[in-house]
Amino acid sequence: MGKVINIQPVTRIEGHAKVAIHLDDHGNVADTRFYVQTLRGFEKFCEGRPVEEMPRIVCHICGICPWAHHLASAKAGDAALGVTPPPAAVKLRRLMQNIAYVSDKILHFYFLAAPDFVIGPDADYSVRNVVGIVQAAPDIAKQVVHYRALGASLLEHFAGRAIHPTFALPGGVSKPMTEAERQEMVAPVRELLEFCKFSLKFAKENVFPKYLEAIKSIGVIQVGFLGTVNADGAMDFYDGNLRLMQPDGSFEDFTYDQYPDYLAEHVESWSYQKFPYARKWGALKMDLDDPVGVYRTNTLARINVADKMKTPLAQQELEEFRAAFGRPAHFTLLYHYARLIEMLQCAEEALQLLEDSEITSPDIRVKVEPREGRGVGCVEAPRGTLIHDYTTDKDGLIKTVNLIVGTTHNNAAINLSIKQAAKEFIKEGTYDQGILNKVEMAIRAYDP
Amino acid sequence: MPVKVSEDWLNACSGCEISILNIGDPLLDLLPQLEFVHMTALVDHKFFGQLGDQTALTLPEATVAIVTGGVRNEEQKHVLEEMRKRAKILIALGSCAAYGGVPAQANMWKNEDIFETVFRKSITTEPAADPKDPNVPPWTPTCMAVDEMVKVDITIPGCPPHPDWIADALTAVLEGKTAWALPERSVCDTCPVIREKKSGGGAIKRVLENLDFNPEEGLDKMRCINEQGFFCMGPVTLAGCAGKTGVPRCIQARTPCRGCFGPIRKGAKPMVDMMGALTSVGLDPKTLVDRRAIMNRYIGGHKNLAPLPARPPR
Repeated sequence: MGKVINIQPVTRIEGHAKVAIHLDDHGNVADTRFYVQTLRGFEKFCEGRPVEEMPRIVCHICGICPWAHHLASAKAGDAALGVTPPPAAVKLRRLMQNIAYVSDKILHFYFLAAPDFVIGPDADYSVRNVVGIVQAAPDIAKQVVHYRALGASLLEHFAGRAIHPTFALPGGVSKPMTEAERQEMVAPVRELLEFCKFSLKFAKENVFPKYLEAIKSIGVIQVGFLGTVNADGAMDFYDGNLRLMQPDGSFEDFTYDQYPDYLAEHVESWSYQKFPYARKWGALKMDLDDPVGVYRTNTLARINVADKMKTPLAQQELEEFRAAFGRPAHFTLLYHYARLIEMLQCAEEALQLLEDSEITSPDIRVKVEPREGRGVGCVEAPRGTLIHDYTTDKDGLIKTVNLIVGTTHNNAAINLSIKQAAKEFIKEGTYDQGILNKVEMAIRAYDP
Repeated sequence: MPVKVSEDWLNACSGCEISILNIGDPLLDLLPQLEFVHMTALVDHKFFGQLGDQTALTLPEATVAIVTGGVRNEEQKHVLEEMRKRAKILIALGSCAAYGGVPAQANMWKNEDIFETVFRKSITTEPAADPKDPNVPPWTPTCMAVDEMVKVDITIPGCPPHPDWIADALTAVLEGKTAWALPERSVCDTCPVIREKKSGGGAIKRVLENLDFNPEEGLDKMRCINEQGFFCMGPVTLAGCAGKTGVPRCIQARTPCRGCFGPIRKGAKPMVDMMGALTSVGLDPKTLVDRRAIMNRYIGGHKNLAPLPARPPR
């Protein structure tokens, strides 16, 4: 066996990972692997915790998407204790989620991904980052920093915390929104919406057209998709049915508690992260030419499984996207485009919620009683379908926890995309920093 | 000349890095003064050379190293030791780095029990042997705070730390200071609620129902959470979660404090002190459900949490 190229750490992603590219004696790619090197064990150490404490414990799984874990956990608690939160509580949960996701998507697009597109994939690593963007495009950078922090400050101002919230609990939320608080939030959320519109326009005019070749060549694979749609088939981040789509676009819908019938998780000896796959499609096969069971989640998956968007401006954008790339769209770098369409929906929905008079209702929590039960709570996290599955004992203490988190669903797909990118660009032992960065770009699209 | 900064996350969730970005507009003034020579979250510097062809992990020299997360595996330990060696000042950022954080709740179990559940007992997982590969670093015996491994110069606690304090500490370092600390005050010292030093007694209430408050009124009109009969860690928790202005952030959400800024001073015994605080308002600490885990939620490193001896079969 020839040489091994170790890309470590994988940078501008949100976790700990390493890529190894094995070259054969001719310097061509023999194999690649994406290693996830950390494990914390939430599934075990949540055992014994009171179910009402869970939303404020499991949010610590991810500091970038704490609201996703927080809300999935509160929903699992609702289900385990058999309660339905009042309508205003659901609206407030959705409002916080949408605002949090706008900040998250600004972060990924501009801070993590944009250096590859604005500075360029082959630029020297010392300038290919957000500091480089501050120098290259100071006006945009100023807005980006401002609006990302504005979203966070809105969450903090109303719900106390932007990161690792305590606001949602089984049965509802911890406080109502007063009319004064509602009014204060409208203008800044309008500003966020304008910035989302600007971002899409900017990307469609200045970024995507320049990289059409890259979009068609980096990390391209053809596999299935998983996401959430509401009763109308529209994209919904908070609630709905899960939809599993085959690579050809055919799909099946199922409810949250049916997830173990559709999904299983395979363990490989070389990664702490498991490999979820669609068990009905056969045993997992991570073969680039003939993948079996592999599906993707996160932005591109949601855009593909949804019949439509929930809000008007995002719907217009989806129509334009579909006219150009079809349904399902498979090019991996389109995750970035899909991310900006979703960001627009989040801002539009946040504004709709703020304009809904029911959101200031004081009826925001039903009292819950401990009981033996099971609850599966799901939301669409920024990085994909998030599944929290709890069982409780008669005292409402956690007996078992099963978690499948957004990025984990993409583990097999990321492995395949890396292999594709490495094989596409590394030939006869020839590679450079730019080429290795293109392999990482295949990973970054998934925003793991 | 900008100050060279090296930053990395260990057993972390990246919330601390997001809190750095939440500095917001003042960040743009700070950035030109800092040169990030290594920062996994934002900068493409690699441990094994930019072409991935070196065999030893190397980190650049830096004036300041910022570490988030505790130590959970051998590789994190190695990265931490290298960062320490190559930096003048080491900052432990966030409560995982400072005390072990929420992931140190794992210290209540033996490592093998955790692996058993994760890889063999979860309902959708096909049971398999624990991952074992040169690329998958083995766990350390426990989840540790950073100062259990190396010398720490500055600790910025919090889960996450408030952006005000990150900016404040970085500014101090830019001015040439080598020490920085939050003032030793409790969350209660900064909490505006009404206190009468007594509760209604009875068993400590779980948050199965909301606190009693009028949403149209400020926190200065709400009764203390412990005095309402719920469990709040404010009395033994370091103040500062809301930054330089503002009220404690969980209280702002009308929810109790769970101690994310850690103990008020080094060497404090928050569990003992907290039981005293509960008793002083007429609550019985023995009635607190899940007492050991909840009181050590953010501070399970430093041997505060360990597996309990097996109970004889009943």
